[in-house]
Amino acid sequence: MNRKNRVYPSVDECVADIPDGATIMFGGFGGAGFPNNLIQGLARRGARNLSVISNNCGTSDGELGILFKNRQIRHVVAAFPGPGATYFQQQFDAGEIDLELVPQGILCERMRAFGAGIPAFYSPVGVGTDVAKGKEERVIRGKRYILEQALGADYALIRAHRADRMGNLVYRKAGRNFNPIMATAAKTTIVEVEEVVETGELDPETIVTPSIFVDRIVVAKGLRYV
Amino acid sequence: MSKQRLTREQIAERAALELPDGAYVNLGWGIPNLIAAYVPKDITIYFHSENGILGMGPRAPQGQEDFDLVDAMKVPVTLVPGAAYFSQVDAHVMTRGGHLDICVLGGLQVSEKGDLANWRVPGAKGAGGIGGAMDISVGAQRLIVTMEHTAKDGLRKIVNKCTYPLTAIECVNTIVTDLAVIDVTPEGLALREVAPGFTPEEVQALTEPKLRYSGKVPEMAIKRR
Repeated sequence: MNRKNRVYPSVDECVADIPDGATIMFGGFGGAGFPNNLIQGLARRGARNLSVISNNCGTSDGELGILFKNRQIRHVVAAFPGPGATYFQQQFDAGEIDLELVPQGILCERMRAFGAGIPAFYSPVGVGTDVAKGKEERVIRGKRYILEQALGADYALIRAHRADRMGNLVYRKAGRNFNPIMATAAKTTIVEVEEVVETGELDPETIVTPSIFVDRIVVAKGLRYV
Repeated sequence: MSKQRLTREQIAERAALELPDGAYVNLGWGIPNLIAAYVPKDITIYFHSENGILGMGPRAPQGQEDFDLVDAMKVPVTLVPGAAYFSQVDAHVMTRGGHLDICVLGGLQVSEKGDLANWRVPGAKGAGGIGGAMDISVGAQRLIVTMEHTAKDGLRKIVNKCTYPLTAIECVNTIVTDLAVIDVTPEGLALREVAPGFTPEEVQALTEPKLRYSGKVPEMAIKRR
């Protein structure tokens, strides 16, 4: 294992081992911070029957929409699939996709818990709503809470702004969103970045994701879908 | 006195008066999102966006957009001095953890006890989506709901008990509609203001739970017409 250099030569080599049936987290929110080059790589790779964990289900033909259009996804965990996710909505309406809707803050907290070795936690979000169905409820200091399970994945596909060769990451503006959390919650974290610098060039005070959470890095110019 | 229900913009204008100088505030989709434009020029509100911004300013001028600096609705925005970026976890540490002073959300139904339903109409097509609404509703120090007082089909939206899927229970503090400002209190719903030209009895007729009020109820302060 060469931990001093985690940079891969291409997007396709980064995703070459992702098998059918894999569970994959995808960063990104509001058009910012999506690993769109890696998503295109996964579309070329063609792995099918995927379980995806993401805030939303992409635009019609962009972001995760590419994988829905290709019919590569079977199961979704998301907070807000989005009315614009045309192919997702069609396949959902046809009963071809299982969906678990999760409140957004719980979605990321479940990932955080997994990455931090916490198997489950009590939360006030969703008490008394459909989200609480089937979940253990408990009163703690006079207030109602439900038990939420940690959420991990085989792979996290994320986007950062810059990396050093070891995998320390900095993000740009609102492109950070889910990316640093997903990096902690997957067996293999693959990151696409605008730029790679030599190890030691990033200011340790500004590193958001330390290299321990990153496995593969590829340089790819940011792609945006409207 | 003309007797027009308020427009969506006027609901937003009235709701903006509920925001004190210096408050940390999250605005939801729909009418709440119109509120920022009505914040008085002499006060500063630090807007929270659940995609990881605190201190969000107005929409970015055309030609100066940065698509890494967007709100939760993909709109390119700006920052005010003192703004910060953070991850999704921290964005919701702020919501769920009770750190935001005021949150304003849209509503489909609000119950007498302050239960909120705002994410799904039963029988609607598509998968629906919760987004950050449940985290925000549970954690807000003060939750304001802005909405039309009745649905397009005339059905009452302020009800004894919500029949739509709930967002959170006992979370709403104040409801601002095109007809009234109503506070949720332990004793029930208190009618604080009515739209210009409307009587409390007219508002009551369009509200399922009993409204509490006494004497003359003040009119909602709306400047723009």
